Amino acid sequence: MNDELDRLKAALKSTPDPDADAKSAAIALARKNFADLQGSADSARLTKDSPMKAGFLSGAKKMLHTQNLRPLLYATSSIAVIGVGLVLVLPMDRLVPELRPIGGVTERVTMREQDAASNSDDLVAAEPVLEPAPLFAEAEVSSESGVPAALSKRKSVGALAIADAEPPALGTEDRERFANDAENPLKITSEDPVSTFSIDVDTASYAYVRSAITGGQMPDPAAIRIEELVNYFPYTYPAPTTGDDPFATSVAVFETPWNAETKLLRIGIQGEKPAVEDRPALDLVFLIDTSGSMQSPDKLPLLKQSFRLLLSKLRAEDKVSIVTYAGSSGLVLEPTAADDTATILAALDQLEAGGATAGAAGIQLAYQQATRMRAEGRIGRILLATDGDFNVGISDPDALKSYVEQQRELGTYLSVLGFGRGNYNDALLQALAQNGNGTAAYIDTLSEAQKVLVDQVSGALFPIANDVKIQVEFNAAQIAEYRLIGYETRALNREDFNNDRVDAGDIGAGHSVTALYEITPVGSPAILNDPLRFSGATEAVSISQDYAFVKLRYKEPGTTTSRLITTPVSPSAERADEDARFAAAIAGFGQLLRGGKYLGDWSFQDAITLANNAKGDDAFGYRTEAVQLMRLAESLAK
Amino acid sequence: MEPDDETLAKAAQGGDAAAFETLVTRHYDLIYRLGFRILGTRDAAQDLAQDICAALPAKLRGFRGKARFTTWLFRIVSNAAIDRIRRRQSRDKALDGWGEITQLARADDAQKQQETAWLHQAMNRLTPELRQTVALVLSEEMTHAEAARVLDLSEGTISWRMSEVKKMLRQMAREEAVE
Repeated sequence: MNDELDRLKAALKSTPDPDADAKSAAIALARKNFADLQGSADSARLTKDSPMKAGFLSGAKKMLHTQNLRPLLYATSSIAVIGVGLVLVLPMDRLVPELRPIGGVTERVTMREQDAASNSDDLVAAEPVLEPAPLFAEAEVSSESGVPAALSKRKSVGALAIADAEPPALGTEDRERFANDAENPLKITSEDPVSTFSIDVDTASYAYVRSAITGGQMPDPAAIRIEELVNYFPYTYPAPTTGDDPFATSVAVFETPWNAETKLLRIGIQGEKPAVEDRPALDLVFLIDTSGSMQSPDKLPLLKQSFRLLLSKLRAEDKVSIVTYAGSSGLVLEPTAADDTATILAALDQLEAGGATAGAAGIQLAYQQATRMRAEGRIGRILLATDGDFNVGISDPDALKSYVEQQRELGTYLSVLGFGRGNYNDALLQALAQNGNGTAAYIDTLSEAQKVLVDQVSGALFPIANDVKIQVEFNAAQIAEYRLIGYETRALNREDFNNDRVDAGDIGAGHSVTALYEITPVGSPAILNDPLRFSGATEAVSISQDYAFVKLRYKEPGTTTSRLITTPVSPSAERADEDARFAAAIAGFGQLLRGGKYLGDWSFQDAITLANNAKGDDAFGYRTEAVQLMRLAESLAK
Repeated sequence: MEPDDETLAKAAQGGDAAAFETLVTRHYDLIYRLGFRILGTRDAAQDLAQDICAALPAKLRGFRGKARFTTWLFRIVSNAAIDRIRRRQSRDKALDGWGEITQLARADDAQKQQETAWLHQAMNRLTPELRQTVALVLSEEMTHAEAARVLDLSEGTISWRMSEVKKMLRQMAREEAVE
């Protein structure tokens, strides 16, 4: 069925030639600007974007490097057209990134000096790498003014310069950005027996997929993070017994629904659920985006309702503070006891959308608030609610992430609640939440708010383990090939597992986390790789019958040394309970949405049948809803 | 032997004006052509090409030679073209570019005229992102992987976009059949 594309291709061939005068005028202009630029080269050529970066090459950063943040940069800086120059000639004690918006923001927030000082050691330790800078690497063409970027660069001041921008395009065009990577490839056990990744308790991708499908559109494959689809659903894994580690690991092996010759290995982790009355008091800072783009009913109004729901779960000793950011950042509500609902609700109700987004200043103000509120035995957390369109404020998401990461070290967590469609910026929100040791959830309906902020609120607000990493070693004598389903953006290097300095995901109270591997036993006809002819010396020597060995590392909140939990996977672990089958159905569904490279002719219909037979109790109706989504997707895909 | 793009770009970064001019002259048509396919009119494409030529001396400093020069240039042009569409949309909702039918007058025979009308209708229905993808995949005959590199997206997203284009064109064909 390529007739239409061929027709379009042929029709597009008839491009009229450019006007010769226009061409020579353009080339002349290029020549002139080139000459002008050479004249000012010495003064124009400044420094590397940020020596900060060298100090922040942590695992989190590595996890993030594959996200498509660059298109995001285009999206933002291309509208903030001219002069995104970077000037960084700062003394060492000022190496803390200053997220200082210029223009549009009336109230300027700077970091407190002692915060800066307390962080500088960390930074100096790493050798700053200074390379010659591409001054305008990401800056876009100024097509309106025709002024070469070089002539306007002197507008920029400070570590992060923000260009005066044309107002961002309003309207509904699609500016969504997603974080994702290519599907994990099939690995050959004898060559690469070890698989390492960070856990992920986020669920934003599922809610996003739901919002797209119920809106009548197949979701962009880049929006599908399979682990987030699978982890959206609660599973009943055995809870940890008291006195032990804060969570329990359980493994199961069962037949792969889409391939009778392979098996699925499921690793399930269940976090303990501390009694509600034992939980520490909370200091919450609601950081609310009130920019113009938040106006639609599925954004600010839904957000207000959602926070109302959350208030019902808080107690008298908890405190709430509200910071907004838009054209100007401001403190809307001083820390207020959570049972003073009248005051809090009145402050929430006053919020109105208007102005441009300057996320950076707001985040700084929120952290200042959190720092002020910090006290022994209390948990500080910022809840950032936004559609993620930082379209005026920040020109460097990397610096923003570093800043969030620093604040995490100081003890304040950051969680992100995404709202709305159209310019939802998944990549940036994921990045912020991952660096802030928080979760990212996408709220598209009030019932999703109920799930995230009420039913599972303890998981979102109370971390029970930090930097949880999983490493699976497969036994080449039993397993020929394996493939991790999902977790593409969470991959870690093998050596990162034992390196406690490498950041990873966190588990909250009551969270369950699921990871699935498709494994191909030795001798299975489903093995995809032929044995090598010339280097066949890799005959597996293990006499163990075990399929694999699962290692898990975590840190207790507030500690810096990890603890290890190990679980062997023996063939006797074979069982396909409802949870396992349902997780497999969802993983299959996710893969179908991403193209289904490994699924053969397994279809949406198969996913529906499998999920329908594995719904279990489904107390909240989540699984029933998933089956409906599969049905809709099936018709949309036709 | 003509020096290749990357050599010229390096020389231009070092201040070699002749190398820079050779580079711009060589690629002006490419800039214009890609702009035209996304924007849909000769004037808009010429304006865009001029803006890019004006900014190229500065932007060239950001070229690190990691990708081919043309891949880098395609990216700049396609992003700038999309921004132009967005700015235009934000100013007034009036459709132009592929929505305009002014160019129809130039088509000489009926068959060609019909085809041009169809093209305008089709391109006008595509979002800027889809047009951008079409220009790279169909007109520049890039593989999905190459287009993905230019746009800094995953290959899957390019394939998905192309299937969206196909879907839209089929929908158009169905509507035509009904008429």
